[in-house]
Amino acid sequence: MSAAIEIKSVEKHFGNVGIIRDLNLSVAQGERHAIIGPNGAGKSTTFNLISGHIKPSAGEIRLNGDIISGLRPFEINRRGLSRSFQVTNVFAKMSVWENIRCAVLWATGHRYAFWKNVDHLPEVRQRTAQILDDIHLSHRRDVPAGLLTYAEQRELEIGITIAGGANVIMLDEPTAGMSHAETERAVALIRRLTEGRTLVIVEHDMSVVFGLADRISVLVYGHIIASGTPEEIRGNPKVREAYLGEEAH
Amino acid sequence: MNEATTPDMLKEQSSAVRFYGIWLVAAIALIVLPLVFSSGGSLTSFSLIGIAIIFALSYNILLGQTGLLSFGHAVHYGLGGFLAVHAMNAVAAHDLPIPLPFIPLFGGIGGLAFAILVGWVMTKRAGTVFAMISLGIGELVASSSLILRSVFGGESGITTDRTALPHMFGWSFGPQLQVYYLIAFWTMVSAIAMYALTRTPLGRICNAVRDNPERVEFIGYDPHVVRYFAYGFAGFFAGIAGGLTAINFEIANSAYLGATQSGLVLFSAFIGGIAYFFGPVLGAILVTYLQLGLTNLTTVWQLYFGLIFIGIVMFAPGGIAGLLMIHRPLIRAGSLAMVIPSYLVAALPTLALALGVILSIETVARYAASQGEGNIINLLGIPFDATRPLTWAVAAVLVFGGFLVARITWRRVAEAWDRAATVARDRGYLA
Repeated sequence: MSAAIEIKSVEKHFGNVGIIRDLNLSVAQGERHAIIGPNGAGKSTTFNLISGHIKPSAGEIRLNGDIISGLRPFEINRRGLSRSFQVTNVFAKMSVWENIRCAVLWATGHRYAFWKNVDHLPEVRQRTAQILDDIHLSHRRDVPAGLLTYAEQRELEIGITIAGGANVIMLDEPTAGMSHAETERAVALIRRLTEGRTLVIVEHDMSVVFGLADRISVLVYGHIIASGTPEEIRGNPKVREAYLGEEAH
Repeated sequence: MNEATTPDMLKEQSSAVRFYGIWLVAAIALIVLPLVFSSGGSLTSFSLIGIAIIFALSYNILLGQTGLLSFGHAVHYGLGGFLAVHAMNAVAAHDLPIPLPFIPLFGGIGGLAFAILVGWVMTKRAGTVFAMISLGIGELVASSSLILRSVFGGESGITTDRTALPHMFGWSFGPQLQVYYLIAFWTMVSAIAMYALTRTPLGRICNAVRDNPERVEFIGYDPHVVRYFAYGFAGFFAGIAGGLTAINFEIANSAYLGATQSGLVLFSAFIGGIAYFFGPVLGAILVTYLQLGLTNLTTVWQLYFGLIFIGIVMFAPGGIAGLLMIHRPLIRAGSLAMVIPSYLVAALPTLALALGVILSIETVARYAASQGEGNIINLLGIPFDATRPLTWAVAAVLVFGGFLVARITWRRVAEAWDRAATVARDRGYLA
């Protein structure tokens, strides 16, 4: 079986500035893969490249064996890859229920339908209710997303990301800015919701990374310097020097 | 079945009753209105209001639902009108079996066809880019209409005779009453269709595109396609409104598709309130009514429109619908009574201020325009002479005095509002 995500020799330049240099990364099916690295290493850019938000200057990206580099975000999403955002990115004026339901509509095959009543679609209703239940926001279903607390918005963000049923889920710093208790809750949520799917996660909180990931890749100045199991990464001298070492000081 | 009747379902049923109730009341009102107000003038007003409602609702598919600010929506309205006129003339000339009530469909098709033609390029981007292109297309079509004389009839436009078409139910559609019912029927059908559109998957995704087009791309949708669909529907219903106008006046001319018309529909939708479906309906009623009423009373009626618009943008960006809807949580919480007295107290000085402003505007306008005749301003039945200093003094006292007193009472309104909102919040009706 081909890898869930396969990145080969990807480069990204903004003008003359190379942000991503010779990036190679492989994420196996069903794996929980964390990308770590210091600020400005290009983690979010890597996410944007994979999800189609920006196009690579060179190289190729494959999803389940098919080339997706150069495709638009919605085309990549339809092929089964869904991502969250570091800065909360929800539909602020719409209710929590509407937010999740919109994320369910394409996947349930309703596309641009203008001849169906959206309230009378049983599978959409069930799936939306199920996801609201999963992210513990059922009691807030009628509240506009913009009025949720920060932690609730982060949970909604994850809910929107998984709602379409994509088999590759990418989460960009899902616990950023959360308290310790909220982080624990979020990690349990992520673990449960991505069961049986491939997960790629960017995270700064090392306890989250080492607790959640099967494999870890370390990104420094747009280049992966090491990729392996948590133990291998912990023991890797290059990683200690470039990244973990700084944290220890 | 006992288990199945949950509170949720009961809530749903009662809201369904209320929902269909509103449409039923609207339909009955449209039927009964001309029986109550049967003068020719009011029939004409109602007809124009019906058309304005369709046009404003179609505009809100773009602005309120999808977040597209168009400065050239009248293009679809006008082209719909022209296609309807040509269709009527063709039907009459070739004795085709198409009665008049079907003609607005041709208008809709005209509006839709042009939307399909230009929409794909226009909706590639939202925001300023879309607004500028819509302005450009509007000017382009409006100026072409004066050049392509065979299609648009130049400055005089193209006339038609609505009674020359096959009759339906024995109606010739000569009398204004019959035309009113034709317009009322299409107003009802279009409003229901446009409301239904907001309840479809496409309608929901339009809202998502309005709120956050970037994120929409990551839930499988192409925002460009969503905007294109919205643009098509908006063009279609604008075309229906244009077709009805052509039937009503038996003429289509280049004024239908110009910037003034585009501005007026933006104005109606915004004053009514774009965040609620019924907002543009209120706006269309008010603006049409004012337009018809004010033009008889004053030569500077556009000035009043401008003042109202600035007032709404600055003090009530949610429009009339927004003003009404902020009271909903108070009504539910039963704390509305706490703000009503402060409103009544504030009404008096605010009214004095408004009258002062009106008197000042009229005094200046008439003094500047005509020395001598037409200098008498009738305000609340009191004649004021624009050339007399006393009038200027009264206006100044009303404006400054009214403003100073009104400012105090507005503060009282804000305080009362805070107290009422706190009650509503405590009872869980306000977030």
